[in-house]
Amino acid sequence: MEYFVQQLINGLTLGSIYGLIAIGYTMVYGIIGMINFAHGDIFMLGGFAALILFLILTSVFVGLPVVLLLLVMMAAAMLTASLWNWTIEKLAYRPLRGSFRLAPLITAIGMSITLSNFIQVTQGPRNKPIPPLVSSVYNVFGISVSLKQILIMILTVSLLAIFWYVVNKTALGRAQRATEQDRKMAALLGIDVDRTISITFVMGAALAAVAGTMYLMYYGVIVFTDGFVPGVKAFTAAVLGGIGSLPGAVIGGLLIGLIESLWSAYFTIDYKDVATFSILAIVLIFKPSGILGRPEVEKV
Amino acid sequence: MTETLLKVHGVETYYGNIRALAGVDVEVRRGEIVSLIGANGAGKSTLMMTICGSPQARTGTVTFDGQEITRLPTHEIARLRIAQSPEGRRIFPRMTVYENLQMGASLDNLKYFDEDVEKIFALFPRLKERKAQRGGTLSGGEQQMLSIGRALMARPKLLLLDEPSLGLAPLIVKQIFDAIRALNKEQGLTVFLVEQNAFAALKLCDRAYVMVNGRVTMSGTGRELLADPEVRAAYLEGGRH
Repeated sequence: MEYFVQQLINGLTLGSIYGLIAIGYTMVYGIIGMINFAHGDIFMLGGFAALILFLILTSVFVGLPVVLLLLVMMAAAMLTASLWNWTIEKLAYRPLRGSFRLAPLITAIGMSITLSNFIQVTQGPRNKPIPPLVSSVYNVFGISVSLKQILIMILTVSLLAIFWYVVNKTALGRAQRATEQDRKMAALLGIDVDRTISITFVMGAALAAVAGTMYLMYYGVIVFTDGFVPGVKAFTAAVLGGIGSLPGAVIGGLLIGLIESLWSAYFTIDYKDVATFSILAIVLIFKPSGILGRPEVEKV
Repeated sequence: MTETLLKVHGVETYYGNIRALAGVDVEVRRGEIVSLIGANGAGKSTLMMTICGSPQARTGTVTFDGQEITRLPTHEIARLRIAQSPEGRRIFPRMTVYENLQMGASLDNLKYFDEDVEKIFALFPRLKERKAQRGGTLSGGEQQMLSIGRALMARPKLLLLDEPSLGLAPLIVKQIFDAIRALNKEQGLTVFLVEQNAFAALKLCDRAYVMVNGRVTMSGTGRELLADPEVRAAYLEGGRH
């Protein structure tokens, strides 16, 4: 029983990270109907930005409090990733809007390769380690919960709350939903559609960057290929939850995290990715709209 | 009263290689109600959308309030206070009635929202009953009211209405036309409307244009066109059962 609960906690931690990345996939899909395959690499890039800032801060200011350090790392990661995603959207995707559906998709795959190669060339191909920043572990009824895990979950929940508020209660969120539902009508009401789409890319990138920072902190290491597998898993999470649905992305992320942890714990760890991606195949076959996805047809 | 608010001059609009508007000249003066009548596919809705820059005119000019707007992006045209209740209503289906109205008021960042929404609810009490319901679940007539209400929320200088009577019961059509007349008389709202219901449109308007195959073929006061034998034959007697 303790073992099970232990794996549950590990799974939820991992799932939080996937969920945060999945939101970026699902939002961009919702608003312009494309899968931004470079999103996983934006997540990785965020992790690298955090790492670089860590190295700078710790060599310039010795003995900085950990909380401050983490906050600055995260802010830097969010800024860098947002700027990159904003630029990519403007340069690579926007000119293709209105072109055939496959064009931006292929471009996104190209951007994904570009980003990971860029990091490989500028940061080197080897694993980049970071010393443990938060190492306390608590023992509760025989289950060990690390402070890292608690931080990750608290951060995820608070970010989701902020995010939910922005999308559902603010003028910006209304403009985003309107653009998603009828771009032409949104423009007729004075909404700058291009700007709204840009902001959506920026928001998705910021969340991915937080996930990247947490990933770096959790595993203590990052490498240029790290955008791919977590990225595809987060994409799976978005599809499982129902692409286009924000709560769906979070639920999907948590489920994928749990499946991965529990599979590793009870079966063989070598096949954990097979288990995850089988889920993608099964969902696509039996319930293509996902758990909370809406069916394609709508009453007009 | 005679100052020109909207001037469409020599406008041609294409969908790909198909010419939908073949050189249209239309003028709407401040404080007027102007109707545009014509058969299906004559280009009436295309003209409405071309005024809003979506699609943009390939040749010719659109001038609003002394400013040329032909090449402005749609959202900037909207910010000059041209509001449209477009063809097909285009309600945001997964937003509530209330949110749809809020979208209408986004130009002023909801500054006058509370005050204006009460006016809309007074005009269309049905919308008040349904305010928490999603736009996509409304009936066609309710969506029509919402679409007009949403356009009015923008506090427009020029209101473009594309078939406001479509799908509505006669009693509600009358109510909507009365409302348009009242807004025009009391607040001086300038209205340019497209109608299939030529009789009602010609009775309501100060002036009207008749459109055939992407061209304006006739214009005059509503009364003149109502009396015109050609108009009667093509749009009134055949259509009124």
